[in-house]
Formats: sequence, C-alpha cells, structure tokens
Amino acid sequence: MPIGRNNGSGKPLRAIRGALRWLLAGGFLLAGTSLWAQAPNTCVDCHSVLDPPQKVTTEQFVTDIHAQKGLTCASCHGGDPTKDDDQAMSKAAGFRGHIKRSQVPELCASCHSDASYVHKFNPSLRTDQLSQYKTSVHGQRLAKGDEQVAVCTDCHSVHDIRPASDSRSSVHPLNVASTCSRCHSDAAHMKPYSIPTDQFAGYSVSVHHEALVLRGDLSAPTCTTCHGNHGAAPPGVASVENVCSNCHAFQAQLFDGSPHKAAFAAASMPGCVTCHSNHRIQHPTDAMLGTGPQSVCTNCHAQGDGGFKVAATTQEKLTSLDAAILRADELLDRAERSGMDVSQAKLSQTQARDALTKARVSIHSVTVDRIMQDVQAGSKLAEQNLAAGHQALADRDYRRWGLGVSVILILLTIAGLWLYIREIEGRSGSRPV
Amino acid sequence: MSPEGSEGGNQSLPRRAFVRTLLGSGFLGSLLSFFYPVARFLLPPPTSDFSSDEVVAGQVGELKNNTGKIFRFGSKPGLLIRGADGAYRALSATCTHLDCTVQYRGDLQRVWCACHNGMYDLNGRNVSGPPPRPLQQYEVHVRGNEIVVTRAQRS
Amino acid sequence: MLGRLRAWLDERVAWNEIAGFLAHKTVPLHRFSYWYFLGGITLFLFGVQVATGMLLLLYYRPTSNEAFESVQYIMTQVQFGWLVRSIHSWSANLMVFTAFAHMFSVLFLGAYRKPRELTWVSGMVLLFLVMGFGFSGYLLPWNTLAYFATKVGTDMVGQMPVVGHYLMVFLRGGEDVTGATLTRFFGFHVALLPGITTLLLAVHLALVQRQGISVPPAIDAEWKANPAARRDMPFFPNFFLREMIAWYVALGVLGALAALAPWELGAKADPFAPAPAGIKPEWYFLFMFQTLKLIPAKLGFIDGELVGLAAFGGAGLLWTLLPFFDRQGARFGRKWIVGAGIFALAYMSVMTVYAYWAK
Repeated sequence: MPIGRNNGSGKPLRAIRGALRWLLAGGFLLAGTSLWAQAPNTCVDCHSVLDPPQKVTTEQFVTDIHAQKGLTCASCHGGDPTKDDDQAMSKAAGFRGHIKRSQVPELCASCHSDASYVHKFNPSLRTDQLSQYKTSVHGQRLAKGDEQVAVCTDCHSVHDIRPASDSRSSVHPLNVASTCSRCHSDAAHMKPYSIPTDQFAGYSVSVHHEALVLRGDLSAPTCTTCHGNHGAAPPGVASVENVCSNCHAFQAQLFDGSPHKAAFAAASMPGCVTCHSNHRIQHPTDAMLGTGPQSVCTNCHAQGDGGFKVAATTQEKLTSLDAAILRADELLDRAERSGMDVSQAKLSQTQARDALTKARVSIHSVTVDRIMQDVQAGSKLAEQNLAAGHQALADRDYRRWGLGVSVILILLTIAGLWLYIREIEGRSGSRPV
Repeated sequence: MSPEGSEGGNQSLPRRAFVRTLLGSGFLGSLLSFFYPVARFLLPPPTSDFSSDEVVAGQVGELKNNTGKIFRFGSKPGLLIRGADGAYRALSATCTHLDCTVQYRGDLQRVWCACHNGMYDLNGRNVSGPPPRPLQQYEVHVRGNEIVVTRAQRS
Repeated sequence: MLGRLRAWLDERVAWNEIAGFLAHKTVPLHRFSYWYFLGGITLFLFGVQVATGMLLLLYYRPTSNEAFESVQYIMTQVQFGWLVRSIHSWSANLMVFTAFAHMFSVLFLGAYRKPRELTWVSGMVLLFLVMGFGFSGYLLPWNTLAYFATKVGTDMVGQMPVVGHYLMVFLRGGEDVTGATLTRFFGFHVALLPGITTLLLAVHLALVQRQGISVPPAIDAEWKANPAARRDMPFFPNFFLREMIAWYVALGVLGALAALAPWELGAKADPFAPAPAGIKPEWYFLFMFQTLKLIPAKLGFIDGELVGLAAFGGAGLLWTLLPFFDRQGARFGRKWIVGAGIFALAYMSVMTVYAYWAK
C-alpha cells in the first residue's frame, strides 16, 4: 500500500516519516552524490526509499539528461521540492502526481514541441515528435483510448533518460530492437492486436543484426530504420521495396526493370520481402537460386515455365564461376607455397571476385543476358589467373629439371671420384677398409 | 670405403683416361652447375628495388584531369586520382564494405564502389552507402617523370 | 711450372714444410672410420653457409620494415634466389645435426681423451656458437614463427637469476622484441659469431692437425695386441678423395631439398597479433623446450623453469669439461661418460619426438 499520496496523510504515518528523515539525513551526508543532491530535494528524500513503482533514487537521476540540464521533479510533476510533506505535494504548489499514460505524450511535447524552449538547450533537436507520433499506429490507437500501446516513456525510460547517441540509452541504435521487443515479442501483451510476435527473434538471426551488433556497423538497419521511430508504421506491401531501396539501390533498380516488378504488383506480393523475408533476412546464397530445395524461385515457378529455366541457368552460371575462381585460387596458392611469385595473378583474382559479387547483384534483373555480362567478365579473369598458376608451376618444374641436371653431374663426379680412388689404390697397394 | 678387388698394379691406359675424363668433366660440369646460378644471382633483377611501401603508380601526363587509374601496390590494388585541379591523390582501392575494387567517378568527383553503391570523398572518407570505414590514404610524390606512391611505415 | 711456383712459395712461407706435413698425415682405418667424416662435413656445411650467407647479404635488409619483403624479393624476384635461400636454411639445419653427430661420435669413440681435451672444449664452444647462429639467423626473415620463437626464447633467458634481465635486454636491444632486436641479431649473425667462430675453428683444426686423428680405445687395444693388424690411410689423396664424395653427396642432398622442399616464408610478423597456437622453436631446441614444459610450475619453493634452465646450464658446463672426468683412476671413468652419452642421446631424441607428437 503506497504511502504519502498527495491528498492527506494520517498522524501515524507522520511519525514514521519523521524517523525516515533522520535516517536519510545521515545517508545523505555519507553518500554526497551529485550536484543534483546539493539543493534540498524532499521528493527524492522520500521516494528513494519507497518501493517500486514509486522508487526513484539519486543514482538514477545522476544519469538522467533532464536532471543534468537542471530540470527537477517539479518540472514534470509540479509541487515544490524545497518544502516539506504536504506543502511539497499540495495543489497550491501545482502538484500533478502520477502522470497517466494517455497524458504522457502531451506532457513531454509541452517542452519538446516548443522550439524556442528546446533550442535553448540544443538548437539541432527536432520538435516534431508529437506530430509524428500522432500519425503512428501507437499514436492513433492511444487517441482511441488504448493505453497498452507505447508512449514516450516506454521507449525512452522516464527518470534515467539518456540521449539516443549514448550507447547505454534504450533508444541507441544498438538497443532499439530489444526496446521494441519488450512489447512486440510479448505474446500476452500483443494478444489483442493479431500481429506476429516473432520479429525480434527473426531479426536477431539476420544479416542486419549481425552487421549492427556484431560488426558494430551503425549504418545497418534496426526496427526504426525501416519503420520510423516516432511515426512508427509498418510499410505497406506496395511500399516495402521503397524502404529497402534506400540502401539496396542497385538491386531495386534491377528489380524495377525486371518482369518481376509487374508480376509481383499484380499478385500483391511485396518486392524484396517475398524472397528475402522482412525480419529474418539471412545471408543470400547461390542455393536460393536454381531449382533445389532451398530455392526461392520454385515458390512460384514450376518445371516447364520460362522462369524455372532462368533460375536453373543463373544458378549454374554463378556456381561455375565460383568454382573457377576457387580452382584458380588453389592453384595459385600451391604455386606460392612452392616459392613462385604469383602476386599479379592474386591481384587479378580480387577483380574476378568483384565480378562474381556484381553478378550476384545482377540476378535481380532475372534476365540471363544481363547476368551473363558480369559472369563472363569474371570467367575470363579466372581463366587468365588459372593459366598464370599453371605457368608458375611450369617454372617450378623447370627448377626441378635444373636440379635433375645438377644431380646427374654430381653423380658423375662421385662416380669419377670412386673409380679414381679404386685406380690409385690399386696402384699403391694400400687397402681401403 | 669399398672393398678392393685383386687389382694390384697399373690399370690399362684407356681405362685410366676414361676415369680421368669422367672425373674431370663431372667435376667441371658440377662446378658450372653451381656457379651458373650464383652468377645469375649476383646480377640484380629488372625490378631492382622492391620496397613494399613504395611503388611507381604512373607517369606524369598519363592521367588527364578528373580521372583515376588502378595501380598495383604489392598484391593489393590502389587508386591514383588526378583531381579536377590537377593535383594527385592516392587511396587504397579495396572497398571497406566487402572488398570490391573501387573506381573514380569524374562526373560525381567521388570515389565509387560499383558493388553496393558505396561513396567516398577524395580524402577516402566514407560519405554514403554501406562502407563502414574510410579508405586508407597514401602519400603521392612526383619524382621526375614518375608518380610515386608511398604508404605509412609500419613498425 | 708448378715446381717453380712451389719453389717461389717455399722461399717465403716454408711451403715444403707444410706440404710435407700434409703429405704424411694419415687416418687410422678400422670399423669406426666412417665416423671421421662428420667433422669434415660440418666444416663443409659451414663453408656453404658462409658462401650462401654472403650472397644473401647482397639483397637482405635488416630492418623490421623491410626484412620480410627483402627475403620475399630474394625468393621470388632474384634469379636463383630461391635456391640460395633454401640451401642456406636447409644447410643450417643439416649443420646443427652433423655438429651434434660429430660431438657424439667423438664422445663414443673416446677422441676427447688426453691429449685432446682442448680440442673437445673448443669443439663444445663451437657447438654452442652453431646453435647461436641458428637462433640469431632464425629471426632474420621477420616472420610470425620467428618473431614469437625469439620472444619465447629470450623470455626464458630473462628468467635466469641476477643476470637474466640484463642478458635479456642485451639480446633484445630493449625490453621487447622489436626492430632493434633484429638489428642486433643481424650483427651477431653476420659479424660477431662468424668472427669468433673463425678464430675458434682455426684453433680447433690446428689442434687436430697437431695431434693427429685419435684411435678409439677398443681398436687401440686390438692393435696393441696385434701390431700387424694396424691399417692407416694417407689423408692425401685417399681419405681426401673419399671426403670429396661425402661433400658432393651433401651438395646433392642440399640441392634436392632446396628444389623439392623449399623453405617456407610464412607471413610477416605482426607484434600486435596474438601468438599463434602451438608455437615452438626449431627442432634443435625442442628437447629443452619440451623439458621445460614438463617441469611443474614450482619445485618446492623454486620456480620450475629456473630449475630447468639451471639443469641445462649445469649439464652444458659439465659436458664441456667432460675430458677432465676421464682420467686414469678417476671415479667417473670412461664407462660413466659413455653411459652419460647414451642417456643424453636417448633423452634428446625422445624429447624431440615427443615435442613434435605432443603439438
């Protein structure tokens, strides 16, 4: 049962509070934390020893960006932190108490949408968060009275807010996905909404997650990159491709020029996502082409239609180029281990690999001629390098031939020495052992 | 030490001559097979300096303004750029995204990677697209008629 | 014409005396005589090292920046550079092997006994110098294996009490293995060690010429009982011609190894990369390396590694002074020395094989 509500407290509680205050005064002297604690703050005096959800400690506030800029409890909750007890939480002092979820966006926006106020602290901060929020699914549902959806404090936290650029912030790119998943992966929470809850699980094994979290590449997408942050809304079937094409421009261009564009639109299939998935985006492999078990082409195409043939042909061409490059690599490595110089050929191999990478992009045109441009460029290079490897090994064999010659001469000399020894010892009569 | 037969006394002259010929020619031949490689070794090869930290990337006048050229730096590609102002710059040509070879785009005055549309400025800084890191910069000096590219010394 | 040349030399450097001495030099012939080749082969391989080393010096650059690249250049650009470098590396290993074999054969054939004690002592120092050549030369290509092997090796030197740290800093040219170490090792390898070795080799060879070739005690006993059984072979030309055969065989083996199993170059050393797993020194240091690995971390209150180092140091010293233990009537007579020799040989062989097998 929480104590110390804004309207009236009983006499017995006053005694308890008195005792607590003594304890706290002592604790304060010992702790002496931040400059925040220098001004008398009766709010924290009590609330730091209450149980959650009323618990707010000085340790939390030390990290909070609002507190660091000089704001206090009263800035959002009203009241007077310099006064005691009832005066601190009185209506006269403007005390608002616990803020209802539905009131949170308006409260935050009372400062954050006031450009002249916010720009006193940071002139480059945006001030459209509330208007964006109102367009989002979260904002629209909140307006209809659904208090389960996310409000500002759900993502940004409340008493220990860090700026998004701080890697410990719940809205830093590295942490965004886990923040969203707090609700979106919670089956019980999401029950009324009939949308899937596997997005985070899928994203966690995706290449985007790997790039962002494992390789530290902050340009890799997280939830908000594709869905927006304040104006969060999933892109519709017709517009998914636009979102992907912001980064994957080539693939989108090729797709737009391909027969798939019209076909997908006609079947209301989203571009990109149909083959690559939206959240569980895996590293594409050559096995996704062709007609094998992992092929995505066979989801639509069947034996006998044109697309089936194209799928089979492109996979065959790509895998054979891959194999040709690998063959050349192995041969060049062998030659290098034998001590031959193959650095020129090895350099050319990087260009062959470039061609293979380009070919794997050009498959989005699903046009064999277009794909073959890149494949042929790569094949030519791989062939040249294989020939260079053979030449290097031929040089190595020439060395061995030279060795053979000198070994023969050595053996002849040894034979000559031996015979000469026999001859002179025959003459002098001394017997070798 | 081979056990000797009962061949005491002189051997026949043709036999002795054969042995001497065999020994002499074998000995001379083997000496030649040793000294031939040594003689070739002593003469420096065509590329007399090998420093992996320095390479001649091109000749003065080879590149027009606002064009680029790929050159070999050890076993990795480098990009030599002659800017619109005529100044030379050199960068590593291996894209920091997935190792494709970049190229110079005169129309954009940027370094561009054809694989995934990555862009770098003339200082190698990654300005757009997937590349996570800038391209390594090299120093360029003009020595006589040659454009020499060097990279920073490693310890 | 040769006669006139000889006369000219004789007037100036007493050539006839030298030639006369050499003409009368003989080699005892018995069932162990084949072992006499080992010393000559070691000398021949040293000559090969000097010759190939001087050739390599024409292209090698001893700085951490360029050492690796210069060896790569030799292997790939210089005409027959691969041959010279591979012969140098293979011959080094062969030389360490024949030096050890020569030492053990001298031990088992009792050629260290009076009056040849100084020959043995100078020979042991030469053996240590050869291992020093191996250790210093190994670093010169500045590849990963060499860098870390040197680090581990000099770390162990640093473990020695009192002088260890100073000795380590002296060897490394600083606290860590850096380009300074490379410069220093290069100086050791091409100047300091060759200088000392040449002097000591001259002493060693002069002593051998002066004292003649020793006869093993068993054979000596046989010949004392039956003087007619004694056989000698003139050094010139008979033994020398046979030695030529042995040297030619060695040349053939070196050439074949260089062409069929060229010495690897590996990757350039990166001091900031972690040491590759399973790093170990060259094979001739393996028995010591493996022993140190097997000694527990602490023996009583003394550091285990220290005990190992002390043991090897002590063993080396005793081994150098071996002849002085084999005196007539001494407690540690010939039997003990032969026993010690068998034990040492067995121990080194087993430990070397174990080190390879254990990974």
